[in-house]
Amino acid sequence: MSAIPPQSKKSLIAGIVQEKIYNLLQQGKRLDGRSPVDLRPITITTGIVEKADGSSLVSLGKTKILVGIKTEIGTPYPDRPKEGSFTVNAELLPLASIGFEPGPPDERGVELARVVDRSIRESKAIDLEKLCLIEGEKAYILFIDIYVLDYDGNYYDPSVIAALAALVTAKIPKYEVVGGKVQKTGEYFNLKLQKLPFTTTFGLIRGKFLVDPQLEEEAALDVSIIIGVDQEGNIVSIQKNSPGLIPETILEQLIEIAQEKTNAIRNKFCEALNIVI
Amino acid sequence: MKDSSMRLVKEDGTRIDGRRLDELRPLSIEIGVLEKSDGSAYVQLGRTKVFAAVFGPKEVHPKHLALPDRAILNCRYHMTSFSVDERKPLGMTRREIELSKVIREALESVVFLEEFPRTSIDVFIEIIEADGGTRTAGLTAASLALAEAGIPMVDLVAAVAVGKIEGQIALDLSDLEDKYGEADMPIAMAPRLNSIVLLQLNGRLTREEFKKALELGKKGIMEIYQKQRDALRRKYSEEALMEV
Repeated sequence: MSAIPPQSKKSLIAGIVQEKIYNLLQQGKRLDGRSPVDLRPITITTGIVEKADGSSLVSLGKTKILVGIKTEIGTPYPDRPKEGSFTVNAELLPLASIGFEPGPPDERGVELARVVDRSIRESKAIDLEKLCLIEGEKAYILFIDIYVLDYDGNYYDPSVIAALAALVTAKIPKYEVVGGKVQKTGEYFNLKLQKLPFTTTFGLIRGKFLVDPQLEEEAALDVSIIIGVDQEGNIVSIQKNSPGLIPETILEQLIEIAQEKTNAIRNKFCEALNIVI
Repeated sequence: MKDSSMRLVKEDGTRIDGRRLDELRPLSIEIGVLEKSDGSAYVQLGRTKVFAAVFGPKEVHPKHLALPDRAILNCRYHMTSFSVDERKPLGMTRREIELSKVIREALESVVFLEEFPRTSIDVFIEIIEADGGTRTAGLTAASLALAEAGIPMVDLVAAVAVGKIEGQIALDLSDLEDKYGEADMPIAMAPRLNSIVLLQLNGRLTREEFKKALELGKKGIMEIYQKQRDALRRKYSEEALMEV
């Protein structure tokens, strides 16, 4: 059952912080000196876990996300016999924040995994047909596992970046079909992503918005929403992920900014990983 | 199942079930359908059938979960095992966990929780039959159940899914249209405040399509909102008559 988390109590301090953030926003400023539409600095490192088929460590400001990919051979879904598949899991590790508890992923972890999954799936970033070995019988299954390692607000946007960085740089063990059976070849292949979808997280305070909220801001937000955009400017995922009201009239503006910001992330991503699109 | 020759939108612009692109499925609403809850509602939208029930405000168990300044809102969105084509395993799927969260957050946006400190309000949504638009039908029912339980809200929540099928923006997707369409966007609003309380998108839309989808969703939401208010009026005028 989904319950209001106990730490979400609107405390007196949160009220004071909100007042401060709101006053700054009115002057186009923020607590850490950013403008309302500035992202925190992004760093991307890949290939840091050798036993994983693909891995990455991404930081957005002080928020750190670790992603690893493992591949297995399995059976295609009955309704998609010609395709391989992928699943996304996410865990908010207890070492990342005092607010995260050990145990199976709670609703926040589930939501994070499903939003990342949606952005990758709906943009058709991975060519799943190339991951099929024997129609209806054998195909590659990619496990994309996300771990939030250090949480200073907004784990959504860096999780998408980290998942794509791990995918783009992954070296997947290659299998071949011999006499109706699959066997390892000892070689590896790269996934060529067809699309690079990224997300932008917005927070609203009394009708004013900011992008990429850090932890202090996040606690003071009235409401937040995540918008995913591919390189052609299509909107590929949306998730309002907190209680609160979003004035209908502000949505178009948020989408326009999401298009700009995801473009900036994409440029940074391609530059860091030497990708030409 | 859809075979490859089947079209979701026919040449005359109608859909498989004969609807226009901007048309809702037949909607019926009943309030006060379950005896033992404090408030309940049944919503049927085409073949999608949903019950919602509310318990509370009541004492919180365990006590330490209580909040000193407001009520806690608990919400469970759940599908019966036989509501879908392939039997759904018992217990909560990841999808149900996510939807319980976004529905809870949508309702939290409109309920005056601070009126009932140290209590809990439990909302249960059961999908009896799933033919697309279950989370939105569930929300539509849940806000009516809250109203019947006498819990003050800034507004009712009315919700509908819009989407894209064969390149066209369509209102209130059925399961088939959701499966074979290009996008599904559930929207819930507090209509009186012109504010969004739930918004998700699964699929690909251009900015222009998004704008059109939002407009079409709003139109559907206003129709549902009117029916919600009619259902509440009907219930309470009947009760008033019986008392005379």
